[in-house]
Amino acid sequence: MSSRERILARVRRALADVPADEPPVRDSGGGFADSHGVGPTLEVLEDRLTDYRALVRRVAADRIAEEVAASLERRGASRVVVPAGLPREWLSASSAAWLTDTAEEPVPLGDLDGADGVVTACAVAVAETGTIVLDGGPDQGRRAITLVPDYHLCVVRADQVVDGVPQAVRLLDPARPLTWISGPSATSDIELDRVEGVHGPRTLEVLLVEPTS
Amino acid sequence: MSGTFLGMPPFPEAARDAVNDSRLRHNLRKATHTIRDRRAAVVDEMGADWQRLRAEGAAVKEHTLRHLDRYLEQLEESVERAGGRVHWASDAAEANAIVTDLVKATGETDVVKVKSMATQEIELNDALARAGITAYETDLAELIVQLGEDLPSHILVPAIHLGRAQIREIFLEQMAEWGVPAPPGLTDDPRALAEAARVHLRERFLRTRTAISGANFAVADTGTLVVLESEGNGRMCLTLPQTLISVVGIEKIVPTWSDLEVFMQLLPRSSTGERMNPYTSTWTGVTPGDGPQEFHLVLLDNGRTDVLADTVGRQALRCIRCSACLNTCPVYERTGGHSYGSVYPGPIGAILTPQLHGMSSEVDEALPYASSLCGACYEVCPVAIDIPEVLVHLREEVAASPGHAGERALMAGAEAVLSSPRALDAVQRAAGLGRGAVPRHLPGMAGAWTDTRDIPEVPAESFRQWWNKRGKGNQ
Ligand code: SF4
Repeated sequence: MSSRERILARVRRALADVPADEPPVRDSGGGFADSHGVGPTLEVLEDRLTDYRALVRRVAADRIAEEVAASLERRGASRVVVPAGLPREWLSASSAAWLTDTAEEPVPLGDLDGADGVVTACAVAVAETGTIVLDGGPDQGRRAITLVPDYHLCVVRADQVVDGVPQAVRLLDPARPLTWISGPSATSDIELDRVEGVHGPRTLEVLLVEPTS
Repeated sequence: MSGTFLGMPPFPEAARDAVNDSRLRHNLRKATHTIRDRRAAVVDEMGADWQRLRAEGAAVKEHTLRHLDRYLEQLEESVERAGGRVHWASDAAEANAIVTDLVKATGETDVVKVKSMATQEIELNDALARAGITAYETDLAELIVQLGEDLPSHILVPAIHLGRAQIREIFLEQMAEWGVPAPPGLTDDPRALAEAARVHLRERFLRTRTAISGANFAVADTGTLVVLESEGNGRMCLTLPQTLISVVGIEKIVPTWSDLEVFMQLLPRSSTGERMNPYTSTWTGVTPGDGPQEFHLVLLDNGRTDVLADTVGRQALRCIRCSACLNTCPVYERTGGHSYGSVYPGPIGAILTPQLHGMSSEVDEALPYASSLCGACYEVCPVAIDIPEVLVHLREEVAASPGHAGERALMAGAEAVLSSPRALDAVQRAAGLGRGAVPRHLPGMAGAWTDTRDIPEVPAESFRQWWNKRGKGNQ
């Protein structure tokens, strides 16, 4: 008998008490809230991100290029990684040198390590928990590019922000590799003191694009 | 290499030593209280919804366990459809052999690891070392434990028993042996220590082509694995290598992707007391051009089907390893994690370890007594495991086993921690009042014990206040 068969047989034997007619699927009971009514979505997101010591700025939709350029300049970032599908107009006001990453022609690891930062968009953001989710879409790129550089500048559009975790889970596609980011890399392993910055980007900066309305 | 729990003294003896170690007690007290308060704040802000989420979390896990065969098969199919390979391991030896062979097939002799309880449980690092493979722990606390040749003492913060000065010493003395040395003049500022870890591991992450992980959840319908973490070492291990091997207990399954709506709320708030942990990675099989191009899932039994067969003890398999029960436990706070003689310390360890091992030693038999049955663990458990109920159930088993003096074990366990049986009475009584689920009269041998004791009046002050006044709680 293979271990697979052995384990499955042991599981079945262990469950002898479960009635044969008990339905093997469960209606997701629900009954819990989509979010917890903590306030206006964008304000809550900004508050939570700031709480994690991310840098956050609210920007007008027609000023993204200027704000990206200003952020990179303040940071002193001149060699910057971008995923191939990032809107090029966002980069038009900056004089940084762009390292464009694609799945076919990935930026080598050493160059990622040597870059000053990375600029991406996101898939979804969750206000209540201050979470930004990347799903590897064309304007977010391979997971490595938002991990290895020490500075991540992320552009979040107002229409991508939901209030609570359940809403985000429903919008996300599990077939894609997802990275949920809630603030810069941190550890509490030394006397439970939260210290920002271990292996992931030590600075997370978020440009929160106001709705155009 | 890492230490081992083998040959540990049973709980009463180990606990007595720990209680007498004042530095350990100070570290533990500070840490558990900090994290406890943080958890309470982020749970409170969820209002009444918390209990609904908790009920849902418990129901999802319970349902999954009751149909585990079906969900295991579904998970296997989903992972393989997405380009992963699934392996089945009945016990630790088989899991270690599978992982060792997979690593050997890559031709690598170094692997990076992201913190995983399952691989600690099977002592994978030692097995790899015997095959000439070095496993590098990358979680800061695991790194500290590995460098210090120490043992983990907490599920979430394995180096919780060490203060910053001790960590600095370990880094200065040991880092050079494992790779990039600590900078001379390293201070004990947590920021400096974190920076030293970053530098020490950076190159290793960029170079190592094989990684080993566990998982917090494995989603049956999509084949998705989920890892929650803080530092980014998890992302490094899950993203940069060519080959990823994940060792996952068979109880880690949730049926559907949408179940994460519940668990992604319950787990971060219960464990680190944050609204969300800094990083969560999810992956489904292999994504061409992004991340590891070879993915292996090793499904581990190693005693879990024995736990499953016990209709009372089964609920221990719902555990999502948040560690809230450790942080709230008056016994853990005084003894620390090592006294439990297992990678699973605290209240959950006291019910899980003896069940996984089948009460095969004195250590296992003493564990169900490492509790005052106060019920605080049940209150905080995000999947509502009635730990006191299982403890009482296991005590009955111990008491019924031939040649065992249940009362002696009970008294010894209690005495070691609380210095007098009166103190135990006080805790047991005071906490029992706040909670309907623990029977006033315990069945079996323990019942005989409570029957014959005159339980003192409930103290007007809390147990903790009382303890502090005695000058034992501080420093
Ligand atoms: S038993 Fe409950 S509280 Fe304890 S670690 Fe497991 S899930 Fe958390």
